[in-house]
Amino acid sequence: MAAKDELGRRGEDEAVRYLEQRGLVVLSRNWRCRDGELDVVAVDGDRLVVVEVKTRSGTRFGEPAEAVTARKIARIRRLAQAWLTAHHVRWCGVRFDVVAVLMEPDRPATLQHYEAAF
Amino acid sequence: MGLARAWAVALRGVEGHVVEIEADIGGGLPGVHLVGLPDAALQESRDRVRAAVVNSGRTWPNERVVLALSPATLRKTGSGFDLALACGVLAAAGTVEQRALEGTVLVGELALDGRLRAVRGVLPCLLAARAAGVRRVVVPEDALTEAALVDGIDVYGAATLGQVLAWFEGAPVLARPCAPPALAAAPLHDLADVVGQDDARRALEVAAAGGHHLLLVGPPGTGKTMLAQRIAGLLPELSSEEALALAAIRSVAGVLPAEGLTRTPPFVAPHHSTSMAALVGGGSGLARPGAVSLAHRGTLFMDEAPEFKSHVLDALRTPLEEGEVRLARAEGTVRYPARFQLVLAANPCPCAPAHDRDCVCPSLVRRRYLGRLSGPLLDRVDLRARMYPVTALSVVGVPAEDTATVRARVTAARAAAADRWTAYGWRCNGDVPGPALRAHFALPAPVVRPLDAGLRSGELTARGADRALRVAWTLADLQGLARPDRDSVEQALYFRDRRAA
Repeated sequence: MAAKDELGRRGEDEAVRYLEQRGLVVLSRNWRCRDGELDVVAVDGDRLVVVEVKTRSGTRFGEPAEAVTARKIARIRRLAQAWLTAHHVRWCGVRFDVVAVLMEPDRPATLQHYEAAF
Repeated sequence: MGLARAWAVALRGVEGHVVEIEADIGGGLPGVHLVGLPDAALQESRDRVRAAVVNSGRTWPNERVVLALSPATLRKTGSGFDLALACGVLAAAGTVEQRALEGTVLVGELALDGRLRAVRGVLPCLLAARAAGVRRVVVPEDALTEAALVDGIDVYGAATLGQVLAWFEGAPVLARPCAPPALAAAPLHDLADVVGQDDARRALEVAAAGGHHLLLVGPPGTGKTMLAQRIAGLLPELSSEEALALAAIRSVAGVLPAEGLTRTPPFVAPHHSTSMAALVGGGSGLARPGAVSLAHRGTLFMDEAPEFKSHVLDALRTPLEEGEVRLARAEGTVRYPARFQLVLAANPCPCAPAHDRDCVCPSLVRRRYLGRLSGPLLDRVDLRARMYPVTALSVVGVPAEDTATVRARVTAARAAAADRWTAYGWRCNGDVPGPALRAHFALPAPVVRPLDAGLRSGELTARGADRALRVAWTLADLQGLARPDRDSVEQALYFRDRRAA
């Protein structure tokens, strides 16, 4: 596994731990289809939450959350649609969150949760 | 986190409007959103401002930042908002106290490392801020001499964003403008250098005394250009208001000289290949001032006038009458003042030998050459003087008068005219509208009889008669008469004679 994937994996683990602490129920992780991958799909009360986890090892190239560009947002929306279809979910409210994980070496990971980011 | 306000100035021509910048932080993915009709240069300031803040050692809020420029309908251009945007964001993030920003206009472009760069148009920005009742203004240090021209407002000069932030916290780190720089007198050419040419000298003196437009026609090498350049030495110094208006135009055009305010009337001499946009002002979006505005309250000298493109020359017609240009572009109309004195110089024909009898041009070519100066344009020129070939370099007898002597006469004549017109708000005879001249300062019938005769025979237009009347007033002022007599009117008509050109 490449170093960047390894980093992403650890970041997602952190994020899921945090989300579960907050009382969200994680339904699926790294759900894949032809168009791409959804990092985390969870349920918060009666709401479906699609979470994009973005992990960085430093801020030299900007904050992690900034890497969520308009194009990525459009893709996640499309994927969410695909997920709903694949799981035969009729209609429900969907919320899109971003969890930014900063894992600097030799430091505890910091985590920032943007609820309803887009 | 929260909301903060900062203030900057948007320029539209030479008019400024104070713009309120609101910064709101919070809610959503990190990013900067700039709203309120910014142009491309202003959109890019998002990236500049952020880099400057980070490189000044401050933290940029890791959240969604919305920057709103109001009034939202006014189009804002340029990079002068950077400093205000940066301070607005830092105030919203709590780094700077909002109280420190109150009543302060911030002007300047930020470099990525946090240095503050000068922008065009600082002077009109300050004038607008003062008119809006702003107490304090921070400008780039480089623009401090320019800013020192405006009194009645506290001006501070900063070199970096860091200095401005320290100043907000109370550190006295910002430079203050030094006393307005000494007004440097430009090196003037002297009238004594011009050999002979009594007729043209006289015309130049009258033009300087009354603010009349002048055409000099003569063969090459007779001193047309020399003479025209010497008008600058005859004109009175600008009043401080006029100097400030001129400096504002120069500031917008980005050509304000380093010494700042000058009281020497401008002398602008565009080359004959000049374009319409360069002459009257132009440019996409909002137009920038051209040569006619840069010559405001001074002289616009057009050497080799028939070589100018005729549509360019004719574009002078409206500013000559109205004293301002209004340029309409996609993003709005701007007004620039353009009350200048026109001096045209021309050869009598393309071959232009020293003595006219040696001319080899066919008559049609000759006629066409000066014909390029259109009738309507020439109608607005009050004085036309012929220049003659110099026959002897050492003119026997009295030496030619120098600038100081002529200037004394011009100053006296201008003072007499100013005494008469000040109550009406005019400055010299050239400014007086024709109807007022005829209605309130009517001359006895015998005096104006030559004008009536000219009108009847078609040699004069109605405007031409008004203009001759103004020249007659100037001639009377030069002679120390209370009002023009028959002689003055006849002399004025002599200088108007179309055959001279």
